[in-house]
Amino acid sequence: MYSTKVMDHFANPRNVGELTDANAVGEVGNAKCGDIMKIYMKIENDIIKDVSFKTFGCGAAIATSSMATELVKGKSIEEALSITNKAVMEALDGLPPVKVHCSVLAEEAIKAAINNYKKSIGEQVEENEYSCNSCCHNKKCE
Amino acid sequence: MKNVYLDHAATTQLEKTVLDKMIPYMRDYYGNPSSIYSIGRESKKVIEEAREKIAECFNCKSSEIYFTSCGTESDNWAIKGVCSFNRNKGMHIITTNIEHHAVMDTYLYMKKQGYEITIVPVEKNGIVDPLKIEKEIRKDTILISVMYANNEIGTIQPISEIGLIAKKYGIIFHTDAVQAAGTIPIDVKKLNIDLMSVSAHKFYGPKGVGALYIKRGIMIDNLFHGGGQEKTRRAATENISGIVGMAEALKYSIDNMDVYNSKIKQIRDAVKERIEAKIPYIIYNGDSEQRLVNNINFCFRFIEGESLILMLDFKGISASSGSACTSGSLDPSHVLLALGLPHETAHGSLRLTFGRDNSMDDVDYIVDTISDVVDKLRQMSPLYETFLKENK
Repeated sequence: MYSTKVMDHFANPRNVGELTDANAVGEVGNAKCGDIMKIYMKIENDIIKDVSFKTFGCGAAIATSSMATELVKGKSIEEALSITNKAVMEALDGLPPVKVHCSVLAEEAIKAAINNYKKSIGEQVEENEYSCNSCCHNKKCE
Repeated sequence: MKNVYLDHAATTQLEKTVLDKMIPYMRDYYGNPSSIYSIGRESKKVIEEAREKIAECFNCKSSEIYFTSCGTESDNWAIKGVCSFNRNKGMHIITTNIEHHAVMDTYLYMKKQGYEITIVPVEKNGIVDPLKIEKEIRKDTILISVMYANNEIGTIQPISEIGLIAKKYGIIFHTDAVQAAGTIPIDVKKLNIDLMSVSAHKFYGPKGVGALYIKRGIMIDNLFHGGGQEKTRRAATENISGIVGMAEALKYSIDNMDVYNSKIKQIRDAVKERIEAKIPYIIYNGDSEQRLVNNINFCFRFIEGESLILMLDFKGISASSGSACTSGSLDPSHVLLALGLPHETAHGSLRLTFGRDNSMDDVDYIVDTISDVVDKLRQMSPLYETFLKENK
């Protein structure tokens, strides 16, 4: 059911673990729904110098997290913010329909981390509802 | 790489001796059992012999065994058949909250047709209290359906007590014995069972064949309409090789039940004990005594089941989980939720079901592999990170 790329990123996740000197951390998802993604970034001069993740979730959740970290590594904040869930999916050669929400979580995790960073340096950010809004299960989460 | 199959509740490998008995009926004896000439009569004869064999295994008459295509069909037939036949008598049904989807979803369908379904919750150990079932009985109750043994957590239900209650009130009692048949001795007369569903591939028989026991005198409507097979109750040309295989497999399972059960239990208990000693933050689901000898079900906190299953597969271990992602729905298994587990814990479940092909030599590999994979996933889990920080 998963593409070879998804299986590769699941079996050998890139950039996994906690980044101890992170200055941007974003966490999205809900344990009740079965997936939480946490992305750590080290941002310097608006460039994402380093990035890592921790994920509680299925194979697709782990693979999309891994791919998301690959996609943002070395990118500017603006470039990273423009990464969509579709881009994450395409980079993984697609996801089964029931797993599309995992790619949405990956996009949101990147945005959450960057927004938290912007807030920490006093920038104005648009407040978004991240918690579980991508999950088709959200009505039952509360 | 080592391969260890630990999903015998999903299906089992066809027993070689069973296959040997089936093969002639796939080609050489191809006559339609409904034909009156000799090659047809030969097919008819082997079907009746198979029916006799199965009846002996369950202590009923061969005329009470009806062949179907699977356990799901048997469940559908039993429930829909009782409901539609008894529509004028009543429209109330009692069941539990841990039934297999073949039963549960059929009830949901009956609900749409206007029937009223009372779902009795099981206790925390995954076993239903017969008194709670009795309390729900009404004048218009036409059917009580309780599974014999649960497919996920292996709990064995008090079938004998429920059978007595149903008998006392004159209500039809159906049990889905798909997981129990071949593993537990079943005497339908002693247990007061009116309808019982079984499936061959769960006891080392072929896929695509099952049976429904219908006690003499129990009237149910047909599910299949057409030819006059199965005494006009189940139309369709018989799956002769499948039926032969099912009878052989069941007879073999019952004749060797004690030997296999004690071997399987020894492996199961060793794995359970060692996992409990080696891996922290786990929950053992279901009753430890009233349980199939082949079943273990654990929840590993902070991780998700699908990842666990896929990583075990990388190491050659085939197992299953009741997480949302493996159940194909958005919720974790209804059985685990019925035990009162929170969603986040239920997502991290692992079911191991042992079988004849497992050996004590596999125990170390199974336990070490599970322990490594759980550890790897926990190291990756933000839930575990938070837990460790909070409990420093």
